[in-house]
Amino acid sequence: MWDYTKSVMDHFSNPRNVGKIENANGVGEVGSLACGDALKLYLKINPETGKIDDARFQTFGCASAIASASALTEMVKGMSLEDAMKITNDDIARFLGGLPEQKMHCSVMGKEALEAAIANFRGEKVEEHKEAEVVCKCFWVDEEKIRHQIREHKLTTVEEITHYTKAGGGCGGCIPDIKRILAEETGKASEPKEPPAMTNLQRIKLVTATIENKIAPALRNDGGDIELVDVDGLDVYVKLRGACAGCPGAKATLHNIVQETLRKDVDPKITIIEVK
Amino acid sequence: MMTENKQVYLDNNATCMVSPGVREAMMPFFGELYGNPSSMHNFGGQVATHLKEARERVAALLNASPDEIVFTSCGTEADNHAIRGVLEASGEKRHIVTTKVEHPAVLNVFRFLAKKKGYRVTELGVSKQGDLDLDELRASLTPDTALLSVMAANNETGTLFPIDEIGAIAREAGVIFHTDAVQAVGKIPLDLKKIPCDLLSLSGHKLHTPKGIGALYIRKGTRISPFMIGGHQENGRRAGTENVPYIIGLGKACEEAMNDIFEENNRVRKLRDKLEEGLISAIRHTHINGNPRWRLPNTTNLGFEFIEGEAILLHLSAAGIAASSGSACTSGSLEPSHVLMAMETPFSYAHGSVRFSLSKFTSEEEIDYTLKVVPPIIQKLREMSPFYDASK
Repeated sequence: MWDYTKSVMDHFSNPRNVGKIENANGVGEVGSLACGDALKLYLKINPETGKIDDARFQTFGCASAIASASALTEMVKGMSLEDAMKITNDDIARFLGGLPEQKMHCSVMGKEALEAAIANFRGEKVEEHKEAEVVCKCFWVDEEKIRHQIREHKLTTVEEITHYTKAGGGCGGCIPDIKRILAEETGKASEPKEPPAMTNLQRIKLVTATIENKIAPALRNDGGDIELVDVDGLDVYVKLRGACAGCPGAKATLHNIVQETLRKDVDPKITIIEVK
Repeated sequence: MMTENKQVYLDNNATCMVSPGVREAMMPFFGELYGNPSSMHNFGGQVATHLKEARERVAALLNASPDEIVFTSCGTEADNHAIRGVLEASGEKRHIVTTKVEHPAVLNVFRFLAKKKGYRVTELGVSKQGDLDLDELRASLTPDTALLSVMAANNETGTLFPIDEIGAIAREAGVIFHTDAVQAVGKIPLDLKKIPCDLLSLSGHKLHTPKGIGALYIRKGTRISPFMIGGHQENGRRAGTENVPYIIGLGKACEEAMNDIFEENNRVRKLRDKLEEGLISAIRHTHINGNPRWRLPNTTNLGFEFIEGEAILLHLSAAGIAASSGSACTSGSLEPSHVLMAMETPFSYAHGSVRFSLSKFTSEEEIDYTLKVVPPIIQKLREMSPFYDASK
């Protein structure tokens, strides 16, 4: 069973503000039956004051999707549009005392429905997905959304991207594309200049040496360890063991340290992939 | 929501309660009967006698011979032993066949063999009702095919595969046939004198033993490598000192299953039908997943349109009812179960599918309670769903 917080269970069991607003002037709809979750958000916005007077929702989804929608409506009621636009999916998750990592996409759905509803009120056209830009065909996720979530949450692995966007969680056929986008995004963040050309063999040797001489000793000092499993182009497969094994925060930090070191010493486009 | 402190267990395909008779039969082996059955003294000797009797009881349920039964630690071990043991002993053949709807204990072994050992794997698809196309199955078997593994009953939908016909096809093609019968044993009669399978896996905890015991039936003459190498236990086919108390428990459970199989087929089937018909008539837009006729007597898998399974299960759990779902969110994956996907179950109810699985310990009162509790839960979730609204 999922480890849901009391607040998630409360908003799931007794959801607030369920239903439609007949004369809503901002309606946002995201998700679909095929995706496994969907949310339709109705806002009643006072055009004079720019305040959200009422918010209601309809949702198709799991407990955390229902709780996220319920929380969102509670958060935005009485808020000005300017403030509402500043709400992030993390704010929704925080309101609920946290969501399991694999369920973060439920809070992202809430944030997207809010954006769509406000755009609808302002008479802006919400851009349709263009077929060419859709990366994940299972859950209909486009490249822009993936890039946005990578930047907003500093995501470093395909798995994390799946947790936030669902992309890659179906057939897995788009994982190479997600890796490319991830490499582009994270590469952008570090060094824009072209790395010196290096053969595969040179790269493997340099990765091995960096891990053995630099990373592993540092980790072992802190009670952790690293094992190099494979190098496939710019993907480096490792097994990581942290002092605080099981703590996702510590694990992510560890992951970042290894990746940053290899990027600095070997190639700025390297991606660390953890194997279990 | 919970008005009475009721606990209704309708998840017996996941695991089931330990039968009091089984527990009682096991107890002496946690006490005075601690001998090693291999020993040459009376402590061991009397335990060996009980072990022999347990093996006979398992064999009797299947109408097999006791020396065709190997005890394992679980159903998954039996599946692994069958598949990998046969391939290790089968020489040059490099093609193996299974179905898309097998339990992971079979499916993931096949996928491992494809990826790591270079076997060519055929995964047979199923119809929208979950049935196999036997002509396609026949055509898939080639002179290079070493093994066919097809489950007897599907754990999610209860759909039965005709393993007697499938066994005959395999035999004709000269292919060794294994069946994962973990869900079928004890729920439907299986006569291995009539069903031409070479290997059959079963699991104790689906038969009212505690978890930690299974068995593999190996027809006499089947070439198979041992799964564990060591001592001479289980005729050298599975080394390791026997898990005596649990083997005794499995023997007792098989004896009870043999006595109860009539009841299982009648009283339980009637209760299942009452539950299914009651829910379908009370709740519109409800579909049966799987073949409604060729099905285990204890299982119903229902798809409720426009809503999501995890939400249903958590509301049921709050009302004291345990069931399970093939929906994406319950498993942590993002897609509905591989079984529902293979059946091309429409998304409108694949995500809202719930499996209710009964046992001989399920009472009519529990079914009546469930019939009372489920409809308002479905209604509450549908009232929330934008798709239900749109369908009205």
